[in-house]
Amino acid sequence: MLNYIIRRILYAIPILIGVNLITFTLFFVVNTPDDMARMQLGIKRVTPDAIAKWKQERGYDKPLMFNGSEKGIAKFTRTIFFEKSAAMFAFHFGQADDGRDIGREIKTRMMPSLAIALPVFVLGLGVYIVAALIMVFFRATYVDFVGVVLCVALMSISSLFYIIGGQFLISKLWHLVPISGYGEGLNATKFLVLPVIVGVISAAGSNTRWYRTIFLEEMGKDYVRTARAKGLPESIVLFRHVLNNAMIPILTGAVVVIPLLFLGSLLAESFFGIPGLGSYTIDAINSQDFAVVRAMVFLGSLLYIFGLILTDISYTLVDPRIRLQ
Amino acid sequence: MSPLLQINNLTTVIHSAAALAWPVDGLTLHIMKGETFALLGESGCGKSMTALSVMRLLPEVGEIASGSVCLHGEDLLLLPETAMRGIRGRRISMIFQEPMLSLNPVMTVAEQIGEVLQRHFSLRGAAAQKRILEILNQVGIPDAARRMSEYPFQFSGGMKQRIMIAMALAGEPELLIADEPTTALDVTIQAQVLGLMREVQQRNGMSILLITHDLAIAAETAHRVGIMYAGEIVETASRDEFFRGPAHPYSKKLLASLPRRERRRQGLPLSAIQGNVPLLSREFVGCRFADRCDHAWELCHEVAPEWITVTDGHRVRCHLFDKDMPAVIREGGFKGTKPESGTQDSGSWLKPDSQIRPAVAATETPDSCLLSVKDLKVYFPIYKGLMRSVAGYVKAVDGVSLSIQQGKTLALVGESGCGKTTVGKSILQLIPPTAGSVRYNGLELVGLERKRLREMRAQFQLIFQDPYASLNPRMRIVEIIEEGINSLNAGDDREENTAARQSGTASAERLDALLKSVGLPPEAKWRYPHEFSGGQRQRIAIARALAVHPKLIVCDEPTSALDVSVQAQILNLLKQLQDSLGLAYLFITHNISVVEYLADEVAVMYLGRIVEYGSVDEVLNNPRHPYTQALLSAVPVIELESRRHIIHLHGDLPSPANPPPGCHFHPRCPHVMPICRKTYPATSTFSSTHSARCYLYPPEQEQEQGQKQGQKQGQKQEPESTSTGVG
Repeated sequence: MLNYIIRRILYAIPILIGVNLITFTLFFVVNTPDDMARMQLGIKRVTPDAIAKWKQERGYDKPLMFNGSEKGIAKFTRTIFFEKSAAMFAFHFGQADDGRDIGREIKTRMMPSLAIALPVFVLGLGVYIVAALIMVFFRATYVDFVGVVLCVALMSISSLFYIIGGQFLISKLWHLVPISGYGEGLNATKFLVLPVIVGVISAAGSNTRWYRTIFLEEMGKDYVRTARAKGLPESIVLFRHVLNNAMIPILTGAVVVIPLLFLGSLLAESFFGIPGLGSYTIDAINSQDFAVVRAMVFLGSLLYIFGLILTDISYTLVDPRIRLQ
Repeated sequence: MSPLLQINNLTTVIHSAAALAWPVDGLTLHIMKGETFALLGESGCGKSMTALSVMRLLPEVGEIASGSVCLHGEDLLLLPETAMRGIRGRRISMIFQEPMLSLNPVMTVAEQIGEVLQRHFSLRGAAAQKRILEILNQVGIPDAARRMSEYPFQFSGGMKQRIMIAMALAGEPELLIADEPTTALDVTIQAQVLGLMREVQQRNGMSILLITHDLAIAAETAHRVGIMYAGEIVETASRDEFFRGPAHPYSKKLLASLPRRERRRQGLPLSAIQGNVPLLSREFVGCRFADRCDHAWELCHEVAPEWITVTDGHRVRCHLFDKDMPAVIREGGFKGTKPESGTQDSGSWLKPDSQIRPAVAATETPDSCLLSVKDLKVYFPIYKGLMRSVAGYVKAVDGVSLSIQQGKTLALVGESGCGKTTVGKSILQLIPPTAGSVRYNGLELVGLERKRLREMRAQFQLIFQDPYASLNPRMRIVEIIEEGINSLNAGDDREENTAARQSGTASAERLDALLKSVGLPPEAKWRYPHEFSGGQRQRIAIARALAVHPKLIVCDEPTSALDVSVQAQILNLLKQLQDSLGLAYLFITHNISVVEYLADEVAVMYLGRIVEYGSVDEVLNNPRHPYTQALLSAVPVIELESRRHIIHLHGDLPSPANPPPGCHFHPRCPHVMPICRKTYPATSTFSSTHSARCYLYPPEQEQEQGQKQGQKQGQKQEPESTSTGVG
């Protein structure tokens, strides 16, 4: 087990380097350092000198990947790629184009993101499982049929609709909560209610239907027939036998996203004006702030790898058949 | 005495999207206390549905339409569901075919048995634990105290079925329904489980409803048998009465379709039953078997036969036994009988003008060695530790040598997990061998250049076990067969083939002939695999293999997924193809009776090595290795007189990753000696073809005889001999 985790962490290093390289390449294929400088300085004041100065201040005056004018190993280290990447592995993300420290920014923006994502995750998991169980218990009746129709309907509607519809109905017409914004401490609660509800509903259709499929598949297995042949009532068959086995794919599917909750949601945060990491990323993309985008992509892949390792560990907890080695 | 279970006129309906089906249609049977009743029949005739109807555990689309199921005179079908739950697991228990799937994988064995105790006896805690241990000991789980808290995946297949039996026994039932309880198990394990069931029955005096397709199992375990066909029972009799003289034509045919050596000696094909079990969604007029019956006349197609008592306790549903029928018709029915219909159904396709050219020229020497394998090894590495270094090997195949002559069949026999499939695949270079040599017609295949090997592939083909999984469901039959022809250029006639592809007609003709040769109509080529039955699919798989004119076919359990009557059709086909095309077969199987019918030579494999090798007569009549002896004794046979002596092997097949030291078989061997635990025995030879690896026989014999043989072989100019090949 320990061996397995150490090996997985070692595997993570080349993956992170690769992700970095790809982000770097993609970003600079569409965008040269000159474009970045021009964007930052504004169209009017642009002179070649100003661009050169801007680049030099921020370390963008070197070649991208290979520096022919240096000697030895410095041919690779004195480049934009190396200088901007190496520090990232020590979580030194550097400064954004506006001069703020990215690391600090991430720390402060993490909490608002988590404040939405965590309740959506926990509440959602509970609601979807209960809904799916009810549909399975009443399978092949109208309860099941109506449930499936509802799921498909929920799936078919864009999540933008839930956001705008929710804002219109709950905030504009009924004046129950503010349309958007964020507050400190407990004050934030009134701003969070709507995004959380919208978050749960917009994912309800696909997840409930998926869980229902998992439950039904388990119901068809031979061991369920064995359990019935023992004379067990249907509720025990469902809760003790089916649920335990169905939780294996459900839990492990859910565990992988837990670390990613820190990154928040791009869409909801932008619409509800929440100062989290999701809106931070969107803003950085809009202003072509390479340092922030790369820091967020790096963090994203790091957390995803962490999530996958967590998934593997959670397998060993819920499924006795699996041993990591 | 009133019967324990009385089923009257039971009819079960399955509502499917397309149509209604009646898997059980007016079934009547009774089971006495302490009696084993075997319900026999082919797959799809409604046996399992009968059992599930008794338990009222039909799938959701199923429904009991009419009839009654009385346990001690109480109709179970009238009980409310809650009362029925008190009967399930308590008065009637059931065990299923797949012990691997029938246990909950995430609950410990003790928890699963404990559920029954808690449900029916409100037994919990220490009292329950004590009782669980008692039951597990009763069904022969070794080291039960420790193992009861383990999960099902930690047990072997045979042990899992014992646990299922333990779970069934926990309720102390009056009736045990066993639905194909040993079909998924190896013969030696099957013998253990059947023995256990008999033992438990004698101790507890319970009745057993045994559902099986295997006539021999019924002959060994049942007191009375019922033959089921297309949803109804067509014959019931006591075991002795039935196997002495089955009355119904279907019963007779079932018995006759069992592969036996005598039939091959006489050069007779097996008597296959033509056609398939009819779909149960159709409406039946007259006798359900009439379409496949040799004795049928008009009346059979018009009026369903009533029950007729042949002798006391032996009843049959067939017009042949109707005393009211004029004797003329009755005899006429018999007269119309062809002696062997099996020859009829597939004999016609092999005419001299057949489009399939024999792959073997008649001038070739008959005993030339087509395939010779020497010291073949296939090791799979086991990785361990932080850097995943190789910590050991699973020696799936550990030094196997064998040879097959042109037009002959070598059967490779062994239990699951002994490495026989790996041998087949590594001979065909589908799994690269770790070491050893595979020579095909003198050409070394191991390490052969990829391109050359690809060209050679037309010469040797493979037929897989499961025809349901081995044909691409999205391809038409014509595409499945042509794919092989096109990619391998069909061996020698490359020009003809390219020309054919241009014109399209010649290749179409060839395809039709090919389909005809495996007994399928040419129109079949436009259809998809799912439109065919299991037997027909295996015919398609054979046609696919034959399409490129191979000389060697590796058949990997080709009939084990098929019913007995269909198995006979396929075996006949394989035999006829061998005779006409001069094919050589490597026949991988666990089924000894198939070996008897088809093979010329037999190699018995145990844990990666061949333990005995010889001609069919030598190995089957005079087995020398204790494993072969046990394997043969464990095969159920239909014998009326003496119950044969079964050599019971203890335990399961050990893991090939960690084989026992010395002779791999010694932990299970009844004749184990101290030396067996130390080193693997050398080859002992008994005749020029027969050899075994066992310390019971002096290896010196080998040297003397080996020399003699060497001289003999020198004269015969055999490149490889089977006896020396075993080493």
